[in-house]
Amino acid sequence: MSTETMTGAELVLKALVDQGVEVIFGYPGGAVLPLYDELFKQNRLRHILVRHEQAAVHAAEGYARSTGKVGVVLVTSGPGATNAVTGLLDALCDSVPLVCLTGQVPTHLIGNDAFQEADTTGITRPCTKHNYLVKDVAQVARVVHEAFYVARTGRPGPVVVDLPKDVLVGKGEYVGPAKVKHKSYRPQIKGDLKAIEEAVALIAEAKRPIFYVGGGVVNSGPAACQLLNQFVKMTGFPCTQTLMGLGSFPGSDPLSLGMLGMHGTYEANLAMHGCDVMICVGARFDDRVTGRLNAFSPNSRKIHIDIDPSSINKNVVVDIPIVGDIAYVLEDMIKVWKARQIHVDGKALRAWWAQIEQWRTKDCLHYTQGGKIIKPQYAIQRLYEKTRDRDTYITTEVGQHQMWAAQFYKFETPGRWLTSGGLGTMGYGLPSAMGVQIAHPDSLVIDIAGEASIQMNIQEMATLAQYRLPVKVFILNNQYMGMVRQWQELLHGGRYSESYSGSLPDFVKLADAFGAVGLRAETVADLDGVIDQMIAIDRPVIVDCCVDSAENCFPMIPSGAAHNEMLLGPKDETDNAVSEDGMILV
Amino acid sequence: MVLQQQEIRRHTIAILVDNEAGVLARVIGLFSGRGYNIESLTVAEVDPREQLSRITIVTSGTLMVIEQIKAQLGRLVPVHKVSDLTIEGPSVSRELALVKVAGIGEKRVESLRIADIFRARAVDSTNDSFVFEIVGATDKLDAFIHLMEPLGLVDVSRTGVVAIARGPNPI
Repeated sequence: MSTETMTGAELVLKALVDQGVEVIFGYPGGAVLPLYDELFKQNRLRHILVRHEQAAVHAAEGYARSTGKVGVVLVTSGPGATNAVTGLLDALCDSVPLVCLTGQVPTHLIGNDAFQEADTTGITRPCTKHNYLVKDVAQVARVVHEAFYVARTGRPGPVVVDLPKDVLVGKGEYVGPAKVKHKSYRPQIKGDLKAIEEAVALIAEAKRPIFYVGGGVVNSGPAACQLLNQFVKMTGFPCTQTLMGLGSFPGSDPLSLGMLGMHGTYEANLAMHGCDVMICVGARFDDRVTGRLNAFSPNSRKIHIDIDPSSINKNVVVDIPIVGDIAYVLEDMIKVWKARQIHVDGKALRAWWAQIEQWRTKDCLHYTQGGKIIKPQYAIQRLYEKTRDRDTYITTEVGQHQMWAAQFYKFETPGRWLTSGGLGTMGYGLPSAMGVQIAHPDSLVIDIAGEASIQMNIQEMATLAQYRLPVKVFILNNQYMGMVRQWQELLHGGRYSESYSGSLPDFVKLADAFGAVGLRAETVADLDGVIDQMIAIDRPVIVDCCVDSAENCFPMIPSGAAHNEMLLGPKDETDNAVSEDGMILV
Repeated sequence: MVLQQQEIRRHTIAILVDNEAGVLARVIGLFSGRGYNIESLTVAEVDPREQLSRITIVTSGTLMVIEQIKAQLGRLVPVHKVSDLTIEGPSVSRELALVKVAGIGEKRVESLRIADIFRARAVDSTNDSFVFEIVGATDKLDAFIHLMEPLGLVDVSRTGVVAIARGPNPI
């Protein structure tokens, strides 16, 4: 069998099957017709027909992040590929393993401005971890296997394989995945033991320590999360999570300080500011986390564990960098810790926790649910309370609702929280929920959305209907692009330039048009009943939850401010909160 | 800490890459996309059997930026090796230029005299022009070209810097 010749399209599908692929998200077109023809003739790969290529990529992201597998996308040349670009960059920013197969015009037409031709490898080069243009059918199988290897190892990311139509039609030989070894790509897995020993020694003498953990822990896998859990409990140190790290450590654990950063908790940010030893695990000192860099955690010594060497010393200079896979590094750290029979400085730690408890009494996420109008925070809190004990996955769009979801929905396990963190892509939530539901047909999958974001990929409601995917879209409808409005209020004198949606669809009727069920909650009294109904309906549902349109998301570190310069709520002085330097920051 | 030095320095970085389509675009795109400087860049295949090319880049930045550049280069998939010749021990670097000078009379004679001092060779000659070939460090080439300006300099072509570490070891 190994020397059997097949068409390029057959080679691609065989390689996908050998890589363990079960589902492809895609959209057909001229250049990929040979692949669609082969898909038609087989039944091992399931194809999900989306309504827009961007959604195919987000769906594959949802699939990948909720299963730990590589997500697979298939789109045509030209506009098919360019529509996928936003999704690819989203996956790159959030380190999601994807393989995106793009059609291409036949090799002899490349460079001729042919119909539906785009320089796909050129356009996607800065949006992918790596990309390939396959010009020879003999290379098809090798490249597809290599693409999967690159996508899932090291810091995961999207890989594009551009396939000209003549290559899909031509004949070549198959090679299996075991025969493919990359010439230069060797991600570092094990951490340097000397650095690990130094790190353990530093952790042992910490007086005001904090774990600052990110999406890298989730990406490393369930074993890494379990080891993190074990190590945090062994030390008794506080642990704060980034937006991408939510779920890597149980959100309801007393050692958890919740999310840090721009809309993180008061206690997490002040603990970061005041700590003497920071243990950064799989996070990257993003600007949303650090605030003003020269005031970031000024008196701490920092340990940074990351699989990507370029994340180290990029924004913040650290004292002990450890490059490696988090699961391996944490395992070694725990071994060294146990071998040396280390005990933490209990007295110092108790004083540190007393300080943290005092910060906690600020109750920084406090809001007042008075009157009939639903507060968005209250809506998320009720949603959390009614779904926390179920097999639930939460995706979000981008904006205020995303931050409220991050603040009020507590995740106990990894892979249950899917949000667009790095790129901040409005329109991410619905297609990504679709991908999650494909992978977990019996789970409760909820896209917490805003009324603006949801319209960016609303067409995917049709995909939900086609595949009978009972995704629940829970819209916090405040009629504004809420986060834009909030910034305009705080930074631009309340001049709400173009952030009000003058015309919104009737989401209940819209649901009906897409064959879904539409529900509306207009007052506090409606809310619980609507949520119960939403959960009970075994079909796609859109909930139009009408919330207070003036509500802002607090706490907030204004642009260009430091962790200890948080705004806790509307009562805080906001007039001069943003410096001139901060005005230019996003 | 050393990384916090704010002084901007020039570094010569050698990169061994797979000689495949698009690899130079990846390297250049990384520099332009992340706002790093390229002062000079040279590239050619150095190992036809293994299909490896060597790129030499002269760039400048603070130590933190240079470290970041190397880490970013190192994670490009077709990159085999990244070596900072400026800090990893002694190295030799050379650049070649072809310099065209047009003129007659005393200026023409003077250009030939200066070329002799700089050990530049005339590789082409007409009745009213020379093409000089000069090899050396970048500042030597700069000095030569500067001296040719009043003598009828009309055209310059430079290779950019190539560099290699001293001693017996490969990159």
